[in-house]
Amino acid sequence: MNWLREFVRPKLKRLVGAGKEMPDNLWHKCPGCSQMIFHRDLEKYLHVCQHCGHHLRIGADKRLAMLFDEGAFEKITWDVPKPDPLKFKDTETYAARLKSARAKTGDQDALIAGVGRMNGLPVVVAALNFAFMGGSMGQAMGAGLLAAARKAVDEKAAFVVIPSSGGARMQEGILSLMQMARTTIAVDEVKEAGLPYIVVLTDPTTGGVSASYAMLGDIHIAEPGAVIGFAGQRVIEQTIRETLPEGFQRAEYLLEHGMVDMVVPRGELRDTLARVIDMLLNPEPGRRVDGSDQDIDLLEGEILPPARSHRPGAAPVPGDD
Amino acid sequence: MHNYLDFEKPIAELEGKIEELRHLSSDGQMNIADEVGKMQAKVDKLLVTTYQKLTPWQKTQVARHHDRPHAMDYINSLIDDFTPLAGDRQFAEDPAVVGGMGRFRGQSVVVIGNEKGSDTVARVRHNFGMAKPEGYRKAQRLMKLADRFNLPVITLVDTPGAYPGVEAEARGQAEAIARSIEVCFGIKVPFVSVVIGEGGSGGAIALAAANVVVMMEHSVYSVISPEGCASILWRDGDMAETAAGALKLTAQDLADLGVIDAIVAEPLGGAHREREQAIQSVGKEIDKQLAELAALPGDALRSARREKFLKMGTNGLA
Repeated sequence: MNWLREFVRPKLKRLVGAGKEMPDNLWHKCPGCSQMIFHRDLEKYLHVCQHCGHHLRIGADKRLAMLFDEGAFEKITWDVPKPDPLKFKDTETYAARLKSARAKTGDQDALIAGVGRMNGLPVVVAALNFAFMGGSMGQAMGAGLLAAARKAVDEKAAFVVIPSSGGARMQEGILSLMQMARTTIAVDEVKEAGLPYIVVLTDPTTGGVSASYAMLGDIHIAEPGAVIGFAGQRVIEQTIRETLPEGFQRAEYLLEHGMVDMVVPRGELRDTLARVIDMLLNPEPGRRVDGSDQDIDLLEGEILPPARSHRPGAAPVPGDD
Repeated sequence: MHNYLDFEKPIAELEGKIEELRHLSSDGQMNIADEVGKMQAKVDKLLVTTYQKLTPWQKTQVARHHDRPHAMDYINSLIDDFTPLAGDRQFAEDPAVVGGMGRFRGQSVVVIGNEKGSDTVARVRHNFGMAKPEGYRKAQRLMKLADRFNLPVITLVDTPGAYPGVEAEARGQAEAIARSIEVCFGIKVPFVSVVIGEGGSGGAIALAAANVVVMMEHSVYSVISPEGCASILWRDGDMAETAAGALKLTAQDLADLGVIDAIVAEPLGGAHREREQAIQSVGKEIDKQLAELAALPGDALRSARREKFLKMGTNGLA
């Protein structure tokens, strides 16, 4: 079968003289249906395949731009912790892997966070970039999530987290595991401040990220088809020595099993988030800010208080953690 | 008769010879006391030198040793009136997580542990210490019970990790672990955690987000097993030994990284050689740590626990 593998590609490029002015990424192949998507359509449909509805993975900066009003937000910054705490080396050093991930993405690490408005509502969004070492969680992510959570508390904003991660960053050893604890505390600070904490589970959310802050939201929204779970499918198959059923660990499977509240297509995500956040931040009538008639315009810089304490006759929340 | 690990071969040979001599002398003719004494001294010396410089991979093997005392051994020895409590009140009882209440040095406590089981039948029953969601949810229930009655919590960590299976995923393994960590940080009682063997990733920290985390001298605690790490990063499971070194998973490494608070010395040749002695050393350490924590009010315990873990973001080896 050598002739199949070792055929010589006709040198079409040289024949037609195509070159510099032709960008080579005009068309994208959908990982779902293998059909080609024109790059303008990709942008237009928020990186959802118009043929099969497959939700392509997108970077954290795109996520933020997609959700804030006019795509405008203030980036949240934090001190980047000491990189490579273990001086880790596998087939390559962690320092080198980190360097190339930074060069590839232009970011310091896998988490990007911003504060801004969503339909006028104060919101902090933190999103993970799967392209940065599989969105893995190390000390930098812990620091970033904590900074974002505290920003939400300071601004009395809703906190929206959009994970996309294979789990803990092994190269940081036990310190990456400790970030599960740290991020859990971070999101609890938001919840304890009476503010909504909403998780948008995207493809993939597994391992240490799913087993910490990603599963502790007040509301869990998942993107269609996203793989969400604790153990990797290969590990499970090795354990049970069986092939996994179709659709296992997909968003729809989690919905069926009670682990997420809703599966929402990307095109409806912003409206869904804004509606939910509005209800949670502004429970009293006449405080709507979503553009409908009963609107009360927000004054510049006005911050809406979490209204729980003002609710007349509010029953205490049943004792839970 | 011991179960020997690979690197204990010279020790095994010497102890085999001693055994042989003893057998011969039972015939009554030879006086072997001198010879046996000399050889025993050699064995002790060999144990000291071997166990002083165990590699991270060797420690992993010691931590997983079948004869090592397991959670129930500690509970049976250290806890009076132990009253096991079962079930998560939602789905099932998970024998991979044992727990209940009892008296430690007279004080009522709640104890929770990963149990691996000490023989084949028990190992299967306890699912080799790999908990399912119901195990973590049971742990949450017991921690909340402790909180309600102001009882200190002791956890004994010894698991290869949370169980990776279809039912576990279907019932929300990730959520169960996440929620356990959250409950650990919510309770307002003294909370001491001891890694007695293997601290396997999320399945371990679900029970170990404590005020004080103690490790046994030859225990390990890691984000992933050396085998798992080797097969992912090296794409070669045989590189586990190298991965064990790179992961910095020994008690000594974790103390250097500021992740744990104390190390309990093990008997000569590891906890599996002198089980009761190892158990009593752990008891002494728990006693000491609980006494210190007892002075703090509930809110302070809770916030100190959080502060401690929040600081674990700027660490590293010098």
